[in-house]
Amino acid sequence: MEKVLMKGNEAIAEAAIRAGCRHYFGYPITPQTEVAAYMAKRMPKIDGVFLQAESEIAAINMVYGVSATGKRVMTSSSSPGIALKTEGISYLAGADLPALIVNVQRGGPGLGGIQPSQADYFLATRGPGHGDFHVLVLAPSSVQEMADLTVRGFELAEKYRMPAMLLADGTMGQMMEPVVLPEEQKPAAKAPGWAVTGTECKRPHNIANSLYLSPAELERLNVERFERYAEVEKNEVMWEEFMMDDAEVCVVSCGITARVSRNAIIEARAMGIKAGMIRPITLWPFPKKPLLAAADKVNAFLTVELSMGQMHEDVELAIRCKKPVYMCNRVGGMIPSPDEVLNSIKKAAEEGGKAQ
Amino acid sequence: MDFKRLTLFAGHYGSGKTNIALNYAVWLREKGLSVTMADLDIVNPYFRTKDSEEALNKLGIELICSPFANSNLDVPAMPKEIYALVDDHSQYGVLDIGGDDRGALALGRYAPEILSEGNYEMLFVINRSRPLTRTVDDTLSVMREIEAAGGVSFTAIVNNTNLGLATTAQDVLDSVSYARGVSEASGLPIKMTSVKQELMPELQEKIDDLFPLRLQELYYQIKTEK
Repeated sequence: MEKVLMKGNEAIAEAAIRAGCRHYFGYPITPQTEVAAYMAKRMPKIDGVFLQAESEIAAINMVYGVSATGKRVMTSSSSPGIALKTEGISYLAGADLPALIVNVQRGGPGLGGIQPSQADYFLATRGPGHGDFHVLVLAPSSVQEMADLTVRGFELAEKYRMPAMLLADGTMGQMMEPVVLPEEQKPAAKAPGWAVTGTECKRPHNIANSLYLSPAELERLNVERFERYAEVEKNEVMWEEFMMDDAEVCVVSCGITARVSRNAIIEARAMGIKAGMIRPITLWPFPKKPLLAAADKVNAFLTVELSMGQMHEDVELAIRCKKPVYMCNRVGGMIPSPDEVLNSIKKAAEEGGKAQ
Repeated sequence: MDFKRLTLFAGHYGSGKTNIALNYAVWLREKGLSVTMADLDIVNPYFRTKDSEEALNKLGIELICSPFANSNLDVPAMPKEIYALVDDHSQYGVLDIGGDDRGALALGRYAPEILSEGNYEMLFVINRSRPLTRTVDDTLSVMREIEAAGGVSFTAIVNNTNLGLATTAQDVLDSVSYARGVSEASGLPIKMTSVKQELMPELQEKIDDLFPLRLQELYYQIKTEK
């Protein structure tokens, strides 16, 4: 396969088109604007729909409408814009509608800044909106994964009839790397059985709805939805292990910080410190099992993240606080240097070893 | 290779303008000239010339860029010092124009002065590895959009076909006929083929007017295991 050079944001857009997505609704915001710009260029040439909505809220409701007809549909934004979309994401979840929502995160809270962040981890993994629900959360760590996980996001969203969120950080959106683009798929010819496409008087009505007047019915639907989520947790966890075979310190990190960590781990190994990494690729479902298994082997964990310690909590939960969990973090758009991560690995190796 | 007082690098988003502009400024400086580098990019929020400011200053090259570059303020502001560069005919200038027609829009403000002085080169940077400029036709339409937005016509082409640090000599060789195609269709000469310096020995005999690029290794680039 031939490689092309792409920005992460462009790779998302092109991969979505190749996955058969012909409907995109968005609104510009740094650092994800290239997704919209790319769609604006490409969609008109392939009979697709690019629409710059009047707001993020309008865009997510357009997504709801197209999804209800059973077609692949996507929106993208960055942190403050995603916050606006949360109402619509909850409605999608409540109506069991699939969709891909891309969040190329920037610093917050509030308007924050335009530099990279991972501080929407809680927002994404705890169900971004009101009510009991989850979205699938995929965290790419290369431009190649920006493309591949876009396709995967559509597939999983449709398989489980739930929204999926591609949760990238600003660096992932802006950096350029060679990428092999996914195979071209045609949009599905036939709508799924639940789609609202007109009955032709041949079947009962399908309705895309999240309002239930009977408390008992609403309870049943919530419980059934969580049975489906249990299936997702059983089948769809994705992670990558790096140098974990004999590791004494287990770094846990995703996105840009996983790349910095990887380089720091190589440095640590050269100094004789046995470090390794478990890189979650799905943040929900979170790779609890491999982390819990690692807790019996390593002396300490170290999360490396662009937040005040959000993934940190999931690691402590996953390993049931069996081992100390250290943290190396920067926020506001700052990124830890390989040396900062290396120093944290050294500290975790020294102190974590003594805690035994 | 000859040069003019002002050298403008423009092209499709991601074609590699910033890297070439930085290297070209250093090349001029090494001739003992007084060189100023101007960042006119109003599109890109990350990975800007600002990242190289310290290195440029060490070489005696002044960098003019938006006071908000690499900050959290998302404002397409142009620094006032660019007027001085355009008006002061005693210094050499390398101008890094933002990608596509949107980026070139900022050039329009300075176009009348640049054209009336007439001592400039406007270089069209092309990269066949970019998905929206893989054919001669697509590349030419980007070229015309930039010229219309920036108000300055191109004078030559720079073939900068690359896949970042992963570029091989074969990638560059494979792009030669594409670059010739763009040259013939546009009537513009190929001023140079820019390649990362590690590829120079392999390509020296095979391609004319090679220009070596020193590429910065960024902190997030995946290293191989030791």
